Amino acid sequence: MKYAYYPGCSLEKTQRGYDESVRAVFKALDQELVEIDDWNCCGATMYMSVKETVSLAVSARNLALGERMGLDILAPCSSCFTTLSKTNRILNEIPEMRRDVNEALAEGGLSYSGKVKVRHPLDILMNDIGLEAVRARFQRNLNGLKIAPYYGCQIVRPDKTFDDRENPMLLDRLFRACGGDVVYFPMKLRCCGGMLMTTFEETALKLNKELLECALDNGADVMVTTCPLCHMNLEAYQGKINNFYKTTFNIPIIYFTQLLGIALGLPAKSLGLDSSFIPLGKKVTTLTEVFYA
Amino acid sequence: MEHATHQLPGLMTRTEADLRQIFLRQVEAIPAGERIKRCIQCGTCTGSCPVSYAMDISPRQLIALFRAGELETIMRSRSIWICASCYACTTRCPSGIKITDVIYALKRTVMEKEYESKAPQVQVLAKLFVDNLMSYGRLHEGTLIRKYYMKTGIFKLFGFIPLVKKMLETKRLALFPKKIKEHKSLSRIIKKAQEIEMRHVPEKLEYSPEFVGYRGLGDMKLESRKGE
Repeated sequence: MKYAYYPGCSLEKTQRGYDESVRAVFKALDQELVEIDDWNCCGATMYMSVKETVSLAVSARNLALGERMGLDILAPCSSCFTTLSKTNRILNEIPEMRRDVNEALAEGGLSYSGKVKVRHPLDILMNDIGLEAVRARFQRNLNGLKIAPYYGCQIVRPDKTFDDRENPMLLDRLFRACGGDVVYFPMKLRCCGGMLMTTFEETALKLNKELLECALDNGADVMVTTCPLCHMNLEAYQGKINNFYKTTFNIPIIYFTQLLGIALGLPAKSLGLDSSFIPLGKKVTTLTEVFYA
Repeated sequence: MEHATHQLPGLMTRTEADLRQIFLRQVEAIPAGERIKRCIQCGTCTGSCPVSYAMDISPRQLIALFRAGELETIMRSRSIWICASCYACTTRCPSGIKITDVIYALKRTVMEKEYESKAPQVQVLAKLFVDNLMSYGRLHEGTLIRKYYMKTGIFKLFGFIPLVKKMLETKRLALFPKKIKEHKSLSRIIKKAQEIEMRHVPEKLEYSPEFVGYRGLGDMKLESRKGE
């Protein structure tokens, strides 16, 4: 299948590991990704700050570009995924909104009729390609690597999209099939605080401390993420959490597509594993045969 | 005249009526927004919220206060700014209320009325985010964070030096923002959208004494909203 790829602002640079691994994994599974030409920011936080029509129009420009390509949109960033899906839903359910937004889009020579679907890579991997077909491509066994699957709050909420809203299982099933030992991780959906790390730092530090604690207490070697914001908070701020709470967390945080890429036998470099801040640890590095300095 | 209505029990003040009109206009834009009337005050939202411990008014109380004609109290709370929009409450509400979206509506009401906020840093961030998007079409995290701390506490920026160093080492930092190609066309779209939005704002709000609670909502357009 062919998808209109919407990387989103974080994946462009600061979270290049996610971008590179999504591209590599999809290529390895014979899926074609065509990046949407000249996409713009999905608007994420704008939802709260500006007028409804403006945030919808900003977001809808991307939907319109996708529609012009005649393809469904693939959005790996949880925040983009939720924002674009939500815009899509509002434009489809409230005709007056679609009329208003189209009037604005016309200024840029665009229009949107509501035909595009917004998809998350996990959904495509598990529900379109299917676990059996992915399993057939496995090259490496994850050898009982203990994995805490962190879904984050956005990919299955607010609307029921492609997995359960209280106890999603797709990541669990995927990595169990790879030979990983998916540990009990009851906080799989607990919020990381997102932008609170900037605006209410102490609150966010607490949320992330609890997540890391839960993963560690259940014996995880590595925590797997699906969202750039969760990833940033858990990875880049781990040192700050340690300073604040006098803890000694040193848990590698990696994107689910990076770990899947390892199982598919893809070279570590093509998965952006060299961009991790926290040493990946012996268990992961022996799997990839690349040592992180 | 107005003073007299203040004294009547169960009637709203003018400020409250104004706020309510703005807020309900925002609620109308939420699919299934009218379900706000169905709150049974069970507290599942508060219990599910990972940050309710840090709020001055819990999510359940927000709805109770709205119902009681106390929107103004909500406007001055810090609660709505702590919501990280994880949708745990929305997912679990037995009445199907879109609580996260209701909180977004409250945030927009505050922004529209330009209330003094207990968490001004959130508005600073939101405004900078919008500026960033308007200037480039894409978000440049470096610029956003730098400008944010320049406004809210410049010394904190020094704390970012180790992180910036790591980001440079791992080639994860774009030093300069870049504009999208069709930047001008995006600006035109935004400008038009702003114009359209203004059409929906009544020039002068009409005041007629209304009851607090749901009685006053009886003939709201909210009744006919689809999504049920």
